[in-house]
Amino acid sequence: MDLDHTAEEDAFRAEARAWLAAHVPAAPLPSLETAEGFAAHREWEAGLYAGRWSAVSWPERFGGRGADIFRWLAFEEEYWAAGAPGRVSQNGISLLAPTLFDHGTEEQRARVLPDMASGAVVWAQAWSEPEAGSDLASLRSRAVRTDGGWLLSGQKTWSSRAAFADRAFGIFRTDPAAPRPHQGLTYVMFDLRAPGVTVRPIGRLDGRPAFAELFLDEVFVPDEDVIGEPGQGWRIAMSTTGNERGLTLRSPGRFLAAADRLVRLWRERGEDRGARDRVADAVIGARAYQLFTYAGASRFAAGGEMGAESSLNKLFWSEYDIALHETALELLGAEGELAQSPDGWGEGYVFALAGPVYAGTNEIQRDIVAERLLGLPKGRPR
Amino acid sequence: MRFLPTAEQRDFTRSLDALLTASDTPSAVRSWSAGDHGPGRALWARLAGAGVFALAAPEAYDGMGRRPVELAMAYRELGRHAVPGPLVETAATTALLCHLADGGDPAPAKRLLPGLLTGERVVTLAVPDGEGGGYVLDPDGANVVLVATGAGGAEEARALHPGRRLASTPAPELRLAPGHGPLLASLDPARRLARPDPGGELLSTGPLLAEAIGCAVRWARLAAAAQAVGVAEELLRRTVAYVKQRTQFGVPIGSFQAVKHRLADTLLAVEFARPLVYGAALTLAPGDLAAAKATAGEAAYTAARTALQLHGAIGYTEELDLSLWLRKARPLRDTWGTPAACRAEVLAAYS
Repeated sequence: MDLDHTAEEDAFRAEARAWLAAHVPAAPLPSLETAEGFAAHREWEAGLYAGRWSAVSWPERFGGRGADIFRWLAFEEEYWAAGAPGRVSQNGISLLAPTLFDHGTEEQRARVLPDMASGAVVWAQAWSEPEAGSDLASLRSRAVRTDGGWLLSGQKTWSSRAAFADRAFGIFRTDPAAPRPHQGLTYVMFDLRAPGVTVRPIGRLDGRPAFAELFLDEVFVPDEDVIGEPGQGWRIAMSTTGNERGLTLRSPGRFLAAADRLVRLWRERGEDRGARDRVADAVIGARAYQLFTYAGASRFAAGGEMGAESSLNKLFWSEYDIALHETALELLGAEGELAQSPDGWGEGYVFALAGPVYAGTNEIQRDIVAERLLGLPKGRPR
Repeated sequence: MRFLPTAEQRDFTRSLDALLTASDTPSAVRSWSAGDHGPGRALWARLAGAGVFALAAPEAYDGMGRRPVELAMAYRELGRHAVPGPLVETAATTALLCHLADGGDPAPAKRLLPGLLTGERVVTLAVPDGEGGGYVLDPDGANVVLVATGAGGAEEARALHPGRRLASTPAPELRLAPGHGPLLASLDPARRLARPDPGGELLSTGPLLAEAIGCAVRWARLAAAAQAVGVAEELLRRTVAYVKQRTQFGVPIGSFQAVKHRLADTLLAVEFARPLVYGAALTLAPGDLAAAKATAGEAAYTAARTALQLHGAIGYTEELDLSLWLRKARPLRDTWGTPAACRAEVLAAYS
């Protein structure tokens, strides 16, 4: 058992640090949940891509660096420690890209991935429907066979990034007669500007359109934009949601940097405000998450899989993120109320509040942990 | 990086688990609680034979070299099996004596380590206020009661008294206690406390001892944290087994969402405490050790509360073996640095 880095990992980390030091914008970008901020973040992605830092774990032919999981973790630590902007392409990079690597064709990868990595095409996820949230298998939006492709109809909601994004991915019912709800679903990519698509932005708690509702009326999707075999959408999507809950969406680097900022805030203005234990817990939690991730990465590198442990991961970071931001607001005192609070803590707080709700609610994650990791019996309908 | 146990480490813990499973530790704990140290001492000898007490000692004293990771793994097994006795104090004593020896004061190590490593001699240790309230654990079951007082160096003083400003620090002393006061019952009957008598033979003093005391505290925190993780794991394992077989309203109570969620949260606490303990074993950094101690202690206590709640009234009895782990969790959480003291240490060490 060790926590040693190889010389290659150290060199990789040093290269990332130097590049970030030279390129991270001096002033924070505007919120990416605004038209102006979205454009600024898109530009930042283009710069990252030019330096080949936008998707370091991808193969070089798609603009990545072929980095293994340890180098990816090192990059993430450096990225967040440098105070670099949030990632507008994250939905695509952490959800769609792993799906394309596992289930897509080489043609799809070559067509989709470089534009995703450069921010030229920003992707929105389109999973949930008005009556299908955590019970995703009950979704009703349909894809009906037509010449050379499919016609999508129905309604998607809580579609993150969709207010400003270019394209979306999700699953649709292609065989309404299938004996079980998990069967007869198909995974497709579609254009948010195609005829038949209506995007209605939805303001989140702070009023910013972090997500949208999508109304689909016979939207044409060519066969080349179906991922995997028609009817296999559920299985394919489940491998993606594992990624969403797992470490790719919330790297330890992000929380190590946040804990660092919190300690600074506490030392600057809060030491007498009685939040000492919660500040310490933020430091401890970031370290715990980092080490838990290192253990998972070590298993992964040794041929293991992420499995139901991603639910533990999601429970941890989603609750940690809220506690950390609550502590910051407490230290800020009356200033914590301001929407434009110092150092972005207010917007971070609003963002964190969604954590236990999305990517499968924490109630569902606890069920998964109890049934798959502890072996408890399945219960009554939830 | 390979932040996973090696094959040798896995074999070591498996053999320790097998040894302890075959040893009927619950009855050894119950005897120990009643003042009969025979079965506990026999168990202690078997643990010494397996090398458990040699994991913090250098090879010059027939130890296995300093192996904090293996020590953490071993103490996790001791926690899982509720082994009684001054286990944490043994690790702390070993670290203290070795630090003295390394720094040029080998006499105490030469005198005490050989018997300690073979298990022939059980040594317990009290350190200054802030870690144990001036009480010593299990002096009646031990052959040697060591008392360390005072702490010289600023770093050690801070380690012992986080958050407190010390006007002056008395010269540290390590003494063999001449005896101890009346035994005081702990909330955990398997832990028997007393105040050591003052005076006794002086074994060491000076700045080196102050450092050695700090070292002892750090190893004690590692050992206690690892033991707490083991206690938490066993409480969780027993509770999961219970809720699968206990039925109410015609179904196993483990199928109820409220029960599942509480157990899921307990697993979460354990799963995120364990890497902190192994990470601290690898760095031996004071902040990491304090973080591990605070988190593992809270995890054990969370597991104890969950176990009690989900077992219901049967869990509230001493006759069920569950009580052996239940009652251990809170003292383990609070000795050798309460969570609050450890949190303060985490921030003090944070640069």
